[in-house]
Amino acid sequence: MSHLLILPILLPLLTGILLLLCARWGMRWARALSVGSAALLLVLSLVLLRRADGGILELYALGNWSPPFGIVLVLDRLAALMLVMTSTLALLCLIYAASGRDGPGDSLHPLTHFLLMGLNGAFLTGDLFNLFVFFEVLLIASYGMLLHGGGPERARAGLHYVILNLAGSALFLISVSLLYGVLGTLNMADMGRKVASLDAADLPLVHTGGLLLFLVFGLKAAIAPLYFWLPSAYAAATGPVAALFAVMTKVGIYTLVRVYCQVFGLDGGLPEFLQPWLWPLALITLALGVVGTLAARQLRQQVAYLVVVSVGTLMLGLALNSAAALGASLYYLLHSTWICAALFLLADVVRSQRGPAEDSIVQGPPLAQSAILGLMFFAAGVSVVGMPPLSGFIGKIALMQTVDSTAQAMVLWPALLLAGLFTITALSRSGSTLFWRTQGAVTGAGRAGAVPLLVIAAFIALSLGLSLGGHSVMAYTRATAEQIFHPQAYVQAIQDFRPLPSPHDAQEVHP
Amino acid sequence: MEILVAAVIAVMTSCGVYLMLRSRTFPVIVGLTLLSYAVNLFIFVMGRLSTGNPAVIGSGESYPDPVPQALVLTAIVIGFAMTAFVLVLSLRARAELGNDHVDGREPVRSAKPADADGEKRK
Repeated sequence: MSHLLILPILLPLLTGILLLLCARWGMRWARALSVGSAALLLVLSLVLLRRADGGILELYALGNWSPPFGIVLVLDRLAALMLVMTSTLALLCLIYAASGRDGPGDSLHPLTHFLLMGLNGAFLTGDLFNLFVFFEVLLIASYGMLLHGGGPERARAGLHYVILNLAGSALFLISVSLLYGVLGTLNMADMGRKVASLDAADLPLVHTGGLLLFLVFGLKAAIAPLYFWLPSAYAAATGPVAALFAVMTKVGIYTLVRVYCQVFGLDGGLPEFLQPWLWPLALITLALGVVGTLAARQLRQQVAYLVVVSVGTLMLGLALNSAAALGASLYYLLHSTWICAALFLLADVVRSQRGPAEDSIVQGPPLAQSAILGLMFFAAGVSVVGMPPLSGFIGKIALMQTVDSTAQAMVLWPALLLAGLFTITALSRSGSTLFWRTQGAVTGAGRAGAVPLLVIAAFIALSLGLSLGGHSVMAYTRATAEQIFHPQAYVQAIQDFRPLPSPHDAQEVHP
Repeated sequence: MEILVAAVIAVMTSCGVYLMLRSRTFPVIVGLTLLSYAVNLFIFVMGRLSTGNPAVIGSGESYPDPVPQALVLTAIVIGFAMTAFVLVLSLRARAELGNDHVDGREPVRSAKPADADGEKRK
């Protein structure tokens, strides 16, 4: 049992508390501490990724209570992958924020670290109720972050976001306690074992609990028809917050994979009672996201709809329900999180240079740094719609190659290709309007320094890196999917777990 | 007993859902509170209803399931904190937006009644 496993939760917690306590030292210290801690978290996640890549599950029993009675943290390939994705995103977003875009006030940095604590906890925990608790931790931090900066637009979007998520939390609690009432355990591996050998009479109740959970995760992941909160919330948030929120929908997808494959899918893959919902909901989400990108009037809103499109694509990958498709989806998940964050940051920079026109997709003054921003918008656009040579292309191709039958191909291929075509149309409209259809003189206001531009470039470089190192990344995500599709090893690890002997016991044995 | 508890949960949930669908923030918050009460009760009874069992393990033949009691404590604390937060947020929204409608703007009323009044005055 290594204490390394709990550090991704403790480090952001301590940093957040320290940031709150040291608020009066001034912003310079706060920024240095915040970015430094995020960098340390990234290093830590990479170390955990290396450990998880061996394919052995590591358990950490909190308080040395052996599972299924105590809460366990579990490090497997999926958890490590999500940790690395999140800490990379957080580090870059915090560097961007620390370049002077974290105002007004000094609350953004501590809130971000509390959000990271909730996210890392949700990725690592092996207990369903503990997952709920970490969800609440990340949600309350996200409420604060969404409202960061104030103003009527944020208050309105924030109110919707908070009320919806509170209703979602109530549903989460109902489904968790329903499952507990039938199964008598909350440890996910143990739940899976009990579901597999359940009385036929109890199955309907368990399925009800399972589908209620789908509703909750669908709300987090912004699956149609539960995505209406997303565009206004993301468009109202400040630039770095919106970029960080690119991971929030992916948390929903992650929990969907984790809970369904672990609790209900002991014979491999997503359970049968869920499958009829996946195809139609995925297609509707994709279609409505595409319509949204075409209809959006602001760049930030358009990028928010691109997040919905990526959720639809990921859902299609889940609907295929095979280990190969899940591997490709996880690759796409990495790509879409990072590239959507790049686009949100880019929209923030563009917005600050256009005066009163902000980021509305209308004719406006030319940008002060038109050439470099235009180039980066083009690169990020190419990646997000899935054109070669960047990572979106590889992700989509990999997803298309994993279809099993002609029937699946006939649905999946046109859906993905048409979505790509329409998002190209939408992005070329907004790009040409913002960068080329200009009038008046360059105001030069809001010229971005080197750091924000370098952060955006780093996200695009990550996308290029994902495509250059595509083979090894894909090998890792495939191995992850294989591990997820064979949850028996997890159940075995929980059963084989022996708590550390306590000093008290040792004394009794050898007086 | 089971039917009574189930009915209480059902009534509280339906009242909560009804209030949540209202258009002003205060009823919505009261609805969320009722819903969280219903949820807490639901978690609690998932440990099965029983009478005459001591709450302490080892002091009697049988004992009630302790896990739901721990869960409901956590849920109460979280629900309480969230209610406080949403209350403050709704006050803030009221101050920022100038009204307490959940969409932040008063619904546009049809012009007819006003016109009719105007004609009467003429």
